[in-house]
Amino acid sequence: MITQDEVRHIAKLTKLKLTEEEVVKFTKQLGSVLDFFGQLQEVNTDDVEETSQVTGLQNITRPDVITVDGNEEALLNCTPHKIENHSIKIPKVI
Amino acid sequence: MNITKLTLSELSQKFQDGELTSREITEAFIKNIEDRDKDINAFVTTTFDLAREMADAADSRYQNDTLKSPLDGMPIDLKDVISTKEVRTTASSKILNDYQPPFDATVWKKLKNAGAVLLGKTNTDEFTMGASTENSVFGVTKNPYDLTKVAGGSSGGPAASVGANFSAGSIGTDTGGSIRQPASFCGATGLKVSYGRVSRLGTIPMASSLDTIGPIAKTAEDCAMILQIIAGKDEKDSTTSPLEPVNYKTFLEKKISGLKIGVPKEYIIDGIDSEVLQTFNASKAILEDLGAKIIEISLPHTKYAVPTYYIVAPSEISANMSRFDGIRFGTKKGEKDLEEIYTETREEGFGDEVKRRILIGAYSLSAGYYDAFYRKAQKVRTLIKQDFEKAFEDVDAILTPVSPTPAFDIGQNTEDPLKMYLEDIFTIPASLAGICGLSTPIGKSKGNLPIGIQLLGPAFKEELILQIAHQMQKSIQK
Repeated sequence: MITQDEVRHIAKLTKLKLTEEEVVKFTKQLGSVLDFFGQLQEVNTDDVEETSQVTGLQNITRPDVITVDGNEEALLNCTPHKIENHSIKIPKVI
Repeated sequence: MNITKLTLSELSQKFQDGELTSREITEAFIKNIEDRDKDINAFVTTTFDLAREMADAADSRYQNDTLKSPLDGMPIDLKDVISTKEVRTTASSKILNDYQPPFDATVWKKLKNAGAVLLGKTNTDEFTMGASTENSVFGVTKNPYDLTKVAGGSSGGPAASVGANFSAGSIGTDTGGSIRQPASFCGATGLKVSYGRVSRLGTIPMASSLDTIGPIAKTAEDCAMILQIIAGKDEKDSTTSPLEPVNYKTFLEKKISGLKIGVPKEYIIDGIDSEVLQTFNASKAILEDLGAKIIEISLPHTKYAVPTYYIVAPSEISANMSRFDGIRFGTKKGEKDLEEIYTETREEGFGDEVKRRILIGAYSLSAGYYDAFYRKAQKVRTLIKQDFEKAFEDVDAILTPVSPTPAFDIGQNTEDPLKMYLEDIFTIPASLAGICGLSTPIGKSKGNLPIGIQLLGPAFKEELILQIAHQMQKSIQK
């Protein structure tokens, strides 16, 4: 069973600032979902390969040619922050 | 003539024959939306000025004999996760409330190049996470057949739009049933394509190994017309298949006598609604009348599909949602430092279901639980996929119910996430296997709610399930 501390810990890792009310609610709801996952343990998967994609495609490449879409300004303008010197200005990192 | 009740194929014919202009068709849909969408809430954003402009351009092309495709001049809507350049695209989330993409999704680019007219963007559960469109920041989309019921989800907006005659066709997305279930609830035909059939570029992702994009429309013929435009390889989506799409229309009129249709015994579960079961049995009879053979089959790992999906999908979601950090796009909250911007933006911007799935995903991927959850689910996914591969050695297609119940009451499942997850019990297995499926309307409940059935086909055999659905629809109409 997942504990409130575990929920707080994952929330921290995933950059979610949960309220105490949310921690209580999600701990209960996640508990029943994770319990439900338990039934997978009944399945024998000893010699079974994992499926991470279903396309069967491998190593899809394209020629290493630079193309310019010409919409850098539009992309930059999506930011809610200030733009300076063609860059997004954010608070100091270090 | 009530223009909005005509099928896309009929409208296209009338436009190309000069009986109706695109502007007349477009105005008819706009009027219907203006009159009735305040009750249904299918649209998040309407683009009527743009639609009129596009319709007039299509009419000029008709005059100049330069029409681009059968879809030219036809008014459609797009689920609000399909990026549309300079038209607000929200994923029905607070975090993208004012977001105007700087580029078009490939699917919209193709539709636009084919001459389609954009009426607007339609509602979805936030980031497509849900089965009822109740997780939308813009409020629930109501079922056009009964305003106290959900339209289904996550493509509830597109399905309700088609069901309410607000558009000639629509584009939805289907990760675990999000086209098939709402189409069934709203009396529409909804096609979930094989994974890789339609480019995902520019469509806001949920779970990248499962997401597909496909049409919702009145008929299978209409879906085939839209699929023809949007299918195919995209250099910018390396998961699209190099297999050339066939000419879907040419398959529709072929007889289905002699086809073998599998009915998996694992899909007839306790708790399935009696009217859903009746509809399912009626559809078997329709197929037999058309000369198909019904064969009982087994897909033994069916019961493990929902837990497998709700590990695999949230794991991919937790990774995909990390891009929403309040820096490059979307809304922003917090000032002090990056940590505060990240956490406050996400706390404020995401709804409960998105948070739950991020947490479930990160938990399933974390060091102590990776083997028991994520790796185990990836292995069970293989077994589910193999079930279908074995089944398709003996049968051409598979017939199942779409959902255990017809459209349910608004608010009925919102407090219990697990109950909502079980809504997708019949649609999820095909998503995990990457095969194609569709839902087609068959009957109605005593309460006048549409009930559909699901047809599943092998990967990249969309033409086969469209053909079967088309033949069934013709036979019901008679």
